[in-house]
Amino acid sequence: MKILSKRKAIFFVLPGLALIFVFLIFPAIWSLFLSLTNYSLLQDSLEFVGLDNFFRMFTDSRFWHSLNLTFQFVLGSAVIGQVALGLLLAIILRNTQGIMKKLLNGFAVASWIIPSVVVAYLWGAFLDVDYGLLNRIVGLVGMNSKDWLTQYPMPVIIIWNSWRGAAFSMMLFTSALQTVPPSYLETADVIGASFWDKFKDILLPSLKNYIGTDLILITLWTFNLFTPFLLTKGGPANATEILPIYTYNEAFKYMRFGYGSAVSVVMLLINLIFALFYFRSMKGGNG
Amino acid sequence: MREVKKVILRLLYNLLVVVLSAFFVLPILWLIFTPFNENPTLALQFPLNPTLENFSKVIENDYAIAAFKNSLIQSFGATFLVLFLASLAAYAFSRVELPGKNIIMYILVLFSSIVTGIAAMVPLFFLLLRVGLIDTHLGVILVFSGGFLPTAVFLLKDFVDSISTSYEESAIISGASKFQIFKDIIFPLSRPGMVVIGVYTFVQVWSNFLIPFLFLRSEGKMPASVAIYSFTNQVGMPKIDLISTYSLLYTIPVIALYLFANKKYGFRFYGGLKG
Repeated sequence: MKILSKRKAIFFVLPGLALIFVFLIFPAIWSLFLSLTNYSLLQDSLEFVGLDNFFRMFTDSRFWHSLNLTFQFVLGSAVIGQVALGLLLAIILRNTQGIMKKLLNGFAVASWIIPSVVVAYLWGAFLDVDYGLLNRIVGLVGMNSKDWLTQYPMPVIIIWNSWRGAAFSMMLFTSALQTVPPSYLETADVIGASFWDKFKDILLPSLKNYIGTDLILITLWTFNLFTPFLLTKGGPANATEILPIYTYNEAFKYMRFGYGSAVSVVMLLINLIFALFYFRSMKGGNG
Repeated sequence: MREVKKVILRLLYNLLVVVLSAFFVLPILWLIFTPFNENPTLALQFPLNPTLENFSKVIENDYAIAAFKNSLIQSFGATFLVLFLASLAAYAFSRVELPGKNIIMYILVLFSSIVTGIAAMVPLFFLLLRVGLIDTHLGVILVFSGGFLPTAVFLLKDFVDSISTSYEESAIISGASKFQIFKDIIFPLSRPGMVVIGVYTFVQVWSNFLIPFLFLRSEGKMPASVAIYSFTNQVGMPKIDLISTYSLLYTIPVIALYLFANKKYGFRFYGGLKG
């Protein structure tokens, strides 16, 4: 029996597809077009300048500085701070019981779901030079108070984003670890394998696909993360101007829309590479 | 010797667990304590004489309340629009062999994972400006919906696929209209999927800063995430009493929704589902 005719089905699908086209696909295509112009809201003029914006970008030392910071940010807070830390947390949770397990799990998840603006205020208070809890703690061991956001801006946003996002990987690996048969680990215990052996020979191989998937996703999200802006505004000077903040500054602070679009196009292309890897990993394995 | 080494390792392990727990707990304590203090500051103080005075300050602040309402309008607006359009599309994709539907769905999900708010902000700004949707709730709602719809369609189709067509066949025999079938059979049966996607969309919109920050201009339309930055006194110093209390009130719905969804349906790993 025919439940829905093709004609009616198209009618069902069309409103959603139209919205996706106008607000998702069309903007991506349009940024390609804008990146070839010198459009600026200040003059309200539009001229084709070919690839000038891209040439300018590749000779702009601030762009390379920003790209370098982005690389540090992704390596530090995505690869190490979220994927590796998340894996460590998942293993710890598996081996911990009672109140410690609840505490660690509950607060790690809370760090992940509290809205970004609130997190920015929490860390602002935590790191405050005069009143902040961190300075009181380092005071206990005899260190002087520091203005963390000014003196160590990059390490701060890297640690902040690790704190912020580790729970996602932790939860993903926790459910993945449930697929490892307990008998494997019991057998390993009987023959006296060390923790490192168990990790290397049992856990790592069974989690390989999950780690790959998680790594690509977290990298993609971290690469596009704007919220460090709430903590540092990209500063002091340009010290934390990662690529999303650079794009924002160029387009909306300096009103260079054509140039800002060119940076967006570069980001879109890098995202596309991550996404294609991601879809391949989903097809090849489980996740 | 082996025993000593074991004890030391055990100690180091416990130390690691304590340090990691402290790392996640300490920054959050401020949010739990400060709103109940008589005189809130950036310092962490346990409220020895807990007071609710700061909460009445928030309730009496018209701007703070208006911002909550704006957050509700935008979050509910996007959630309903996403659920409505996604369920229609998912139903059709599930029940009818539309030409090229797999490639369409693949392209949509691909675009939704690469076109992030940050990578598309310039063209989106122009689009909204040209069609007169800059500084409107609707503009914000449409931008969010466009971003969340592909994954919503993709996930809901899976749910609809698992519903047997025999219900619909008997409904057709008894003369039900297409819309009745949709409303009385498909909608209720795919509820777990709808709830998960609904909660997810709501929380993402509620928490988002970038989109309203870029596309709204007037103070009266700002949601809580942006409005919180204007709680300052005459000389521009942040009002810690308002900010801390508002932060807590603004966070509670997110935590509540998470606990609800988690209890009912557990943690689900949905790749690509993040704003």
